[in-house]
Amino acid sequence: MTIERPKADVVICGLGWAGSVMAEELTRAGLNVTAIERGAWRDTSTDFPPAVDPDELRWTTRRELLQPMSVETTTFRNRMDQTAAPVRNWSAYQFGWNVGGAGTHWAGMSWRFTPWDFEVATQTRERYGAAKAEGLQLQDWGVTYAEMEPYYDRFERIAGTSGIAGNINGEIKPGGNPFEGPRAREYPTPPLKDTFWMREFREASERMGYHPFTLPAGNISQAYVNPLGVTMGPCTYCGFCDFHGCGNFSKSSPQACILPALMRRPNFTLLTETEVLHAVKHDDGKTAKGVKFITKEGEEGFQPADIVIITAYQMDNVRLMLLSGIGEQYDPATGKGTVGRNYTYQTCGTVNAFFSDKYTNPFIGGGALAVQIDDFNGDNFDHGNLDFIGGAGIMGYSTNGRPIQNMNNLRPGSKRWGSAWKEAYTRDYNQGAGIFIQGTSMPVRDAYLDLDPDYRDRHGQPLLRLTFDWNRNDQNMLRYLTDRSVEIMREAGGEDMIVENQAEESWNPYKQHSSHTIGGAVMGADPTTSALNPFLQSWDVHNVFVVGASAFPNNGGYNPTVTVGALAVRAAQAIHQTYVNNPGPLVKG
Amino acid sequence: MANWKKIGAGIAVIAVVAAIGAGGWAWHSLNTVASNVADDTTRLADFKSTDQAAIERGEYVMRLGDCSACHTRENGKFAGGYEIGTPFGTLVSSNITPDAGTGIGSMTERDFFNAVRQGIGQHGMLYPAMPFTAYRKFSDQDMHDLWAYMSTVTPVKHDIDENAGMKFPYNIRLAMAGWDMLFFDNSGFRVDGSKDDAWNRGKYIVDGGGHCAACHSPRNMLGAEMGSAYLQGGNLGEWFAPDLTSNPHAGLGTASAQDIANYLQTGSDGVAVAAGPMAEAVEHSTQYFSKADALAVGTYLKSLPASATQPGPVQPVDTPAMQKVALAYEVNCSACHGLGGEGIEGMVPAFKANHGLLSSDATNMIHAMLQGARAAHTHDRQTAAGMPAFDWKMDDRQIADLLTFVRNSWGNTATPVAASDVGRLREFLKASKKMATP
Repeated sequence: MTIERPKADVVICGLGWAGSVMAEELTRAGLNVTAIERGAWRDTSTDFPPAVDPDELRWTTRRELLQPMSVETTTFRNRMDQTAAPVRNWSAYQFGWNVGGAGTHWAGMSWRFTPWDFEVATQTRERYGAAKAEGLQLQDWGVTYAEMEPYYDRFERIAGTSGIAGNINGEIKPGGNPFEGPRAREYPTPPLKDTFWMREFREASERMGYHPFTLPAGNISQAYVNPLGVTMGPCTYCGFCDFHGCGNFSKSSPQACILPALMRRPNFTLLTETEVLHAVKHDDGKTAKGVKFITKEGEEGFQPADIVIITAYQMDNVRLMLLSGIGEQYDPATGKGTVGRNYTYQTCGTVNAFFSDKYTNPFIGGGALAVQIDDFNGDNFDHGNLDFIGGAGIMGYSTNGRPIQNMNNLRPGSKRWGSAWKEAYTRDYNQGAGIFIQGTSMPVRDAYLDLDPDYRDRHGQPLLRLTFDWNRNDQNMLRYLTDRSVEIMREAGGEDMIVENQAEESWNPYKQHSSHTIGGAVMGADPTTSALNPFLQSWDVHNVFVVGASAFPNNGGYNPTVTVGALAVRAAQAIHQTYVNNPGPLVKG
Repeated sequence: MANWKKIGAGIAVIAVVAAIGAGGWAWHSLNTVASNVADDTTRLADFKSTDQAAIERGEYVMRLGDCSACHTRENGKFAGGYEIGTPFGTLVSSNITPDAGTGIGSMTERDFFNAVRQGIGQHGMLYPAMPFTAYRKFSDQDMHDLWAYMSTVTPVKHDIDENAGMKFPYNIRLAMAGWDMLFFDNSGFRVDGSKDDAWNRGKYIVDGGGHCAACHSPRNMLGAEMGSAYLQGGNLGEWFAPDLTSNPHAGLGTASAQDIANYLQTGSDGVAVAAGPMAEAVEHSTQYFSKADALAVGTYLKSLPASATQPGPVQPVDTPAMQKVALAYEVNCSACHGLGGEGIEGMVPAFKANHGLLSSDATNMIHAMLQGARAAHTHDRQTAAGMPAFDWKMDDRQIADLLTFVRNSWGNTATPVAASDVGRLREFLKASKKMATP
């Protein structure tokens, strides 16, 4: 017996950041929206209040807010000649498994991408010549930073982002990031305060002629009422942000920013603990008629809708397109097909060090509590004599002082067990500090996603297969950036440095610092190289929209969330302002 | 709703009174002559008002009276089904849609007036859970408009036996005649010519549709409001409805009429935040008040003479024992309520100078600690933030000490909270015991 639900104007598959933003826009415009979320309802005061939230063992170590990889996973291999195997633990994969999605457990780093990131193909060719991009599968996004600005602004207002502007309408502002794209106005809330280490990093990088600024943060600095009438509370610098919820309504998240308003709207329906299996197309294949789902109890059902919006995590967005037959699978041998194309990641390194006779007090923390320089990010510096494009943000960060997580962060040569270890940890916990290098990731032909030929999930559907390793460009970039970071750490006075360049050995999902899996269902102006048009509408099935970091054709040296939110606002407005009145392709291919 | 404990006790006595003398004595309290202004020929099921202005005014009267809080549940708009637990059985709110069989569709306008203003329904006397004693003050015009609005409600077929869950003898509706006889002031609203329009409008809302005294006045042994302590605060068992007089310590003495209006319209005056049953009243009713009406309520309440409640002796919080409690406050409470007890404006209540929390009756704070609470969701304040429960984390003594600390810090002064009071409410609410720790 299958459940046949009443028809909705719009069905949203996955209620994380992207789904919540879309649902809010579309219900406010009067559309009847049903959202389907595989995870359970999660709420601030009942699931992670301040007395429960700092449970490091439960949330960070056991990762109870994340997709359990024993239930649902992805297979992985480095090269096409290998056989992929399912990933059984987490590091690179931090998918949400609850209402709010990964937006509930993210750290809160709230970046806009640079103008260059959106036009990497054109800008690289124009500045350095076509040869510079050889071996890379560069392509523009089909939307410029200038076009994105109002949507960035809208998402930041919803999220309450704390920060200090560096460029307002072309005017460079002291204290902000002089390299950022022009903003229409200041951030909604002022920047967070400096910790000891942030101040040291700021002063050291300034002495070296760089331009430090406080990171834009979704751990907000003061109480704030957003345009939806939802109030957020001030961050307490507790440092239990990534992998955790936020107990005091301070972290930008669907729970703290959108759901209180959305859930009360009579034209919004939410099905929790219900998983979308795939979309179902009409017989002519030109449009979708709804989605097939399965409940926690194993009952299958169908949700009819005029518009299908896929807003799962990046990996699941690509997988749902493939399982639904929306668009053609990308083939790295021929370059044909677009779904699965341009998978990228985030190229990262760390430089940790210790400060004798100083207290770094890492228990004062925040997911996005950091000072950064962007002097070596994107195309902010001349690559003419360098063997790569792109770059990274270099940040001195104070994200957390979680006692379990930091147990291994000791001076080189320290014992790792017994009383000698305890002594070392007592000393080093309070003297350690770190630099994080968060770099761009450029697409190449043989980094892609497809359906695994061997492994299936508990519903009998093929797992998604990732084929990925670091490419030469990104390795060269990180080597250069790591050297710059070591120089800053040395200038700051850090001793006993521990340097980790993640791209020095083959990529594997168990050892990564970043959870930013990107691309695979990318946007663009050319239907032969992109699965989606610049409004995130499928080129092939026009009533399907796919929203997430899956749409980025390349990754910037930044966290993807705010760009995902801005793209979601833009796509939603295109739907209710244009598409519903005249259903069909919003862009001619 | 927990007032029902007392009301139920009253009913036991009254059943006897009524059995003896339901005759002549009842003449005044049961006199329905005020309903004669209404039509007695057309049934609601056969009538659909086309007077748009009257319908809109009537919807506003419905908001003033907070009808939907009790009469709208999952069965459909105004289809009833809200269960009211009492020690003497369960009452269920009625279906007031125009359905002829299961709703009020076979009532005429006069029947409707009799039910709303006189407590005489189609199945007999109404229990005073329906606040007809307050609705008696509704003007004829408001009642006509309400009737027009009710005619536009979609009929829902949903059969409800309102008092089937009441035990004998409380299931005998006639017993209410005795209660009416003793406590029902069967007279309409009287304008006080010595006061201005805003004051009179405020009193009309407070005593009439708003039925504020139903919770905010204490009740006597027979479950009737005590006129002598009018709006001086009432204990509802698991909640406490605070003092609304101008008492500067535990009432509205330091609030302005505009503060009161803000609270009614948004669920917060910037210091206090509505939760518990008041959150329901704000969500269903007071947030819909016009600016003028909300301010009128504030104007009227500010005119009430202060109750006699005095602050207790100052409890010192600088003792070593209390400094440990201060640390517990910092760890458990300050993330939202602030290190200075300042709260988050409009979302999380402040403790500093939050006079509604400083009454000698600390039931609301104990309840919030044991079971958590949720703020009102309003058009202006969408968050409806939740207060988490601490029953699993703190024992009775810890909760009592924490509340004593909060009630005596940042310039506050209030009586200490007894661990035994926490224990009693913990049992009554069936809250968890503190978790065992290894």
